[in-house]
Amino acid sequence: MIFGEVFGWLTTAANWTGDGGLLQRIVEHLRYTLIAVLGAALVAIPVGLAVGHTGRGGTVIVGLANAMRALPTLGVITLLSLQLGVLRIGPVLFGLGLLAVPPILAGAYAGVQAVERDVVDAAAGVGMTSWQRLWRVEVPIATPLLLGGLRGAVLQVVATTTVAAFVGLGGLGRPLIDGQRVTDYPRVAGAALVVAALAVLLDLLLAGLQRLVVPGGLRLATRTVQRAG
Amino acid sequence: MIDELIRYLGNWRNRETVLELLVVHARLALLPLLIGLLAALPLGWAAQRYRPLRAMLLGSANVLYTVPSLALFVILPGILGTQILDEINVVVALALYTAALLIRPVVEALDAVPGHVLAAATAMGYRPLRRFLTVELPLAVPVLAAGVRVASVSNISLVSVGALIGVGGLGQLFTQGFQASYNAPIIVGVALTLLLALVMDALLSLAKALLTPWQPRRARPTGPAQPTGPAESAEPAQPRPTGGEA
Repeated sequence: MIFGEVFGWLTTAANWTGDGGLLQRIVEHLRYTLIAVLGAALVAIPVGLAVGHTGRGGTVIVGLANAMRALPTLGVITLLSLQLGVLRIGPVLFGLGLLAVPPILAGAYAGVQAVERDVVDAAAGVGMTSWQRLWRVEVPIATPLLLGGLRGAVLQVVATTTVAAFVGLGGLGRPLIDGQRVTDYPRVAGAALVVAALAVLLDLLLAGLQRLVVPGGLRLATRTVQRAG
Repeated sequence: MIDELIRYLGNWRNRETVLELLVVHARLALLPLLIGLLAALPLGWAAQRYRPLRAMLLGSANVLYTVPSLALFVILPGILGTQILDEINVVVALALYTAALLIRPVVEALDAVPGHVLAAATAMGYRPLRRFLTVELPLAVPVLAAGVRVASVSNISLVSVGALIGVGGLGQLFTQGFQASYNAPIIVGVALTLLLALVMDALLSLAKALLTPWQPRRARPTGPAQPTGPAESAEPAQPRPTGGEA
C-alpha cells in the first residue's frame, strides 16, 4: 500500500532532522512566505487604505488587482531568475510578493470602502480630521476584511512557495521536486502532505488572530445586528 | 529580448508547440471549471436545504481550499491509483477546488431568493425540482457568475504550477525555458496565460449578461473585469470566508 510507505517516510526521524531535513525546510518555507507577504503588505495596505479613504482610483486599483491575479507566478520567477541570476532569493520573493498583493489590496480597499457613510460623516461631525477619521474610525472597522485579505495572501503564498525549489532554493518544494526527479513517490507525497498541513495550520492560526483583533465595539454591533435579524 | 522573441516565434515548430500547450492549458483549466460547477449546484442546493449538511459542506470546502494545489496534484495519484503524469490528477484537483469555491456562492445566492417568489412559484404548482431549475437557479446567476469568474482565473493560473510535476500546459514553457536559459518561451507563456484568463473572463461576463436579461446592462460605471459590487471586491483572490461559519 502506497500510503504505508508515505507514512513510513514521514515517521522516519532522519527525514526530519539535519541538513536538508524537513524541519529546516519548514523554517525556510515560512521565512520566504513571511518576507514575501510582509513586503507585499507594505505596498498594498497603504495603497488600499488611501484609495478606500479618498474614494479616488478605486476602479483602476480593483482592475489592476484582478489582472495581477492571472499572472502565473512560476513564469514571473523563472523569467526574473534568468535575468538576475539563478539561486538568488530576490526573484522568488518578488514573484511571491506579486501573488500576495491582490488579496491584501482588495481586503484593505474593500474594508475601508465598506465603512458606512453615516459613520464617517458622524466622525467628521464631531470634529475629526481626515487623518483621525482614517486611523480611529475607518481602519478599526476595516480590520476584519483587511486581515481576511492578509489571510488569503498568506495561504496562497505558502502554497506557492514550493516553486522556490525549482530555481534552486530551499523550502518544502525541495523534497517534493527532488523526490519527483528520482521517482521517489513517498518523499514527494510526504512533502506535499507537510505543505498541506502547514497551510491548514497557518490558516487556523490566522483565523484565530482575525477573531481576536476585531475591535470590541464592532463585535458588539455585529451581535446586535444578528439578534435583530 | 525582442529579437529573441521574434526568432523563437519565427520557427514554426515552436509555434506548433506553443499552440498545443495553449490548447492543453485551456482544457486543463476549463474542464474542471465545468465539472466543479455541475457538482457545486446540487451540493449547494442540499447544503442550503439541510442545516447540518450546510456546516459540514462549507467547512470541508474551506479545508479543501487550504490544501495547496501542487500537494493535491501529487497526492491524488496515491488515492486514485493514476500515474503521476496523468492529466486526470490536475483535472480532479482543480474540479475539487472549483466546487469548493462555488458551494458558498450557490448557498448564499439561494438564501437570497425572496420568500414570496418561492411562495408564488409553489402556489403556481411548481414542484421543488422545477422550481429550483426555473426560478431559484436563474435568480442565483449574478452571484454565481462572480464566483465562476474567480474560479476561472484561479484555475488558469493554477494549471501552470502543474508544470513542476510535468503536466501544466503553458507552464511547461516556464520550466523548459528556465532549464534552457531561454527567455522567449517564458515570455510567450506568461503573455498567453494572461490572454487566456482575459478572454475567458470576457466570455463569462458575456454569458452572465445573456443569462440575466432582466438586469440593467450598465448598472455601474465599471469595466467587465471588475467585480460588480463592494461585497464581491471584498473577496480575496481565492475567496474564503472572513470568519464566521467555519
